[in-house]
Amino acid sequence: MIRVVLPAHLRTLAHIDGEVHLDIAGPVTQRSVLDALEARYPMLRGTIRGHDGGPRRAFIRFFACELDLSHDPPDDPLPGAIAAGTEPYLIVGAMAGG
Amino acid sequence: MSGVRVLAGTRKGAFVLTSDGTRTQWEVSGPHFAGWEIYHVKGSPADPGRLYASQSSGWSGQVIQRSDDGGATWAPMGNQFAYQGTPGTHQWYDGTPHPWEFARVWHLEPSLDDPDMVYAGVEDAGLFRSDDGGQSWQELPRLRGHESGPSWQPGAGGMCLHTILLDPVQQGRMFAAISAAGAFRSDDAGQTWRPINQGLRSEGIPDQDAEVGHCVHRLAMHPSRPDVLFMQKHWDVMRSDNGGESWREISGNLPSDFGFPIDVHAHEPDTIYVVPITSDAEHFPPEGKLRVYRSRTGGDDWEPLTTGLPQENCYVNVLRDAMAVDSLDSCGVYFGTTGGQIYASADSGDSWEPIVRDLPAVLSVEVQTLP
Repeated sequence: MIRVVLPAHLRTLAHIDGEVHLDIAGPVTQRSVLDALEARYPMLRGTIRGHDGGPRRAFIRFFACELDLSHDPPDDPLPGAIAAGTEPYLIVGAMAGG
Repeated sequence: MSGVRVLAGTRKGAFVLTSDGTRTQWEVSGPHFAGWEIYHVKGSPADPGRLYASQSSGWSGQVIQRSDDGGATWAPMGNQFAYQGTPGTHQWYDGTPHPWEFARVWHLEPSLDDPDMVYAGVEDAGLFRSDDGGQSWQELPRLRGHESGPSWQPGAGGMCLHTILLDPVQQGRMFAAISAAGAFRSDDAGQTWRPINQGLRSEGIPDQDAEVGHCVHRLAMHPSRPDVLFMQKHWDVMRSDNGGESWREISGNLPSDFGFPIDVHAHEPDTIYVVPITSDAEHFPPEGKLRVYRSRTGGDDWEPLTTGLPQENCYVNVLRDAMAVDSLDSCGVYFGTTGGQIYASADSGDSWEPIVRDLPAVLSVEVQTLP
């Protein structure tokens, strides 16, 4: 189970309370996590990255395990703690974006 | 008894204000979509319960919201605004070519007779249409693709398509206005477009009477007389009596002819309203006095309307989409300010009162007259 934490404005948009829990078959990457997230919550399409898996929006950041993964290739494997569900994958609104 | 619903878009959410036909007591709901910029909210003329809202943020871009119950509940619709074909370039502020990039929806204009059809004017300037209630959007590409497109430049607020007027008489005729390209007209439901800027003069461009390049801030028409158009330009208030073929200045005795909104009385096609702003550099009312100016002669002769409006130390602005009228008798006139007030007049502008104060900066005001 993958744990995903969204910024408050996107939780409101998608009517989400707390963390999102996703089951992902296959490699756990940023792309596969976001694909699964958008499949469950279609209203999030275009708000985190471009439509159809496009690039990350400029003022969104991806953190995990105290690392900034925002600039990592989207198909790189995520840390084992994310895949194991012991640490959440954080989607963060950058401090410059509001 | 009939009623009124005011739809306000602000920097940090949408607000819906309702009153009965007396327009004396107002109920305020909101903020809807708290924290997001709401550029525009507008209802369908064919179904007053159907509302569309443009919601955006620097973090997460564009969302379109729809309500089918007059704003009580909302649902996100499609938000993919893809320019058709290879987008090409327009001019950037420094004159260099700049790729067309979608930023946000400035204005939503529902069809006059189909609640599921709605037009969207966007930044960078383009016109989109949805035929399925906002779920999907297709560009009408011939406007952005006009031969003058590569020469268009953004105004200070971005290169936005901010005005869409649908002609209720002549089938297929519509108008659009872009900062800072000018006004355009289509006679075939948006399939083809041509500039309609003859008679405009703009000191900010080298060829003052060029076909495009004018910073049109707002267009308005009365539905009973759609060949007559009124325009608030960057400087100058203008009028056309022939569907935009030519324009003449009607600034007359205004204390400043710089401003953003312009609107027409619901029952008097020659009664128009503007809110003069000091200058391009000073976006606040002259002398710190918030005055709506009304002309009952279709321009040139203007009278200040001040009763109930602050007449000292007022330095707010009124943005281009932040004025609207209802169709009750007497006509109600409404406008919102960057200071967060929405002022209303239930007597065609003779007197005003704030119907809400201290909202976030108001970006847009629309009004629905309910049965």
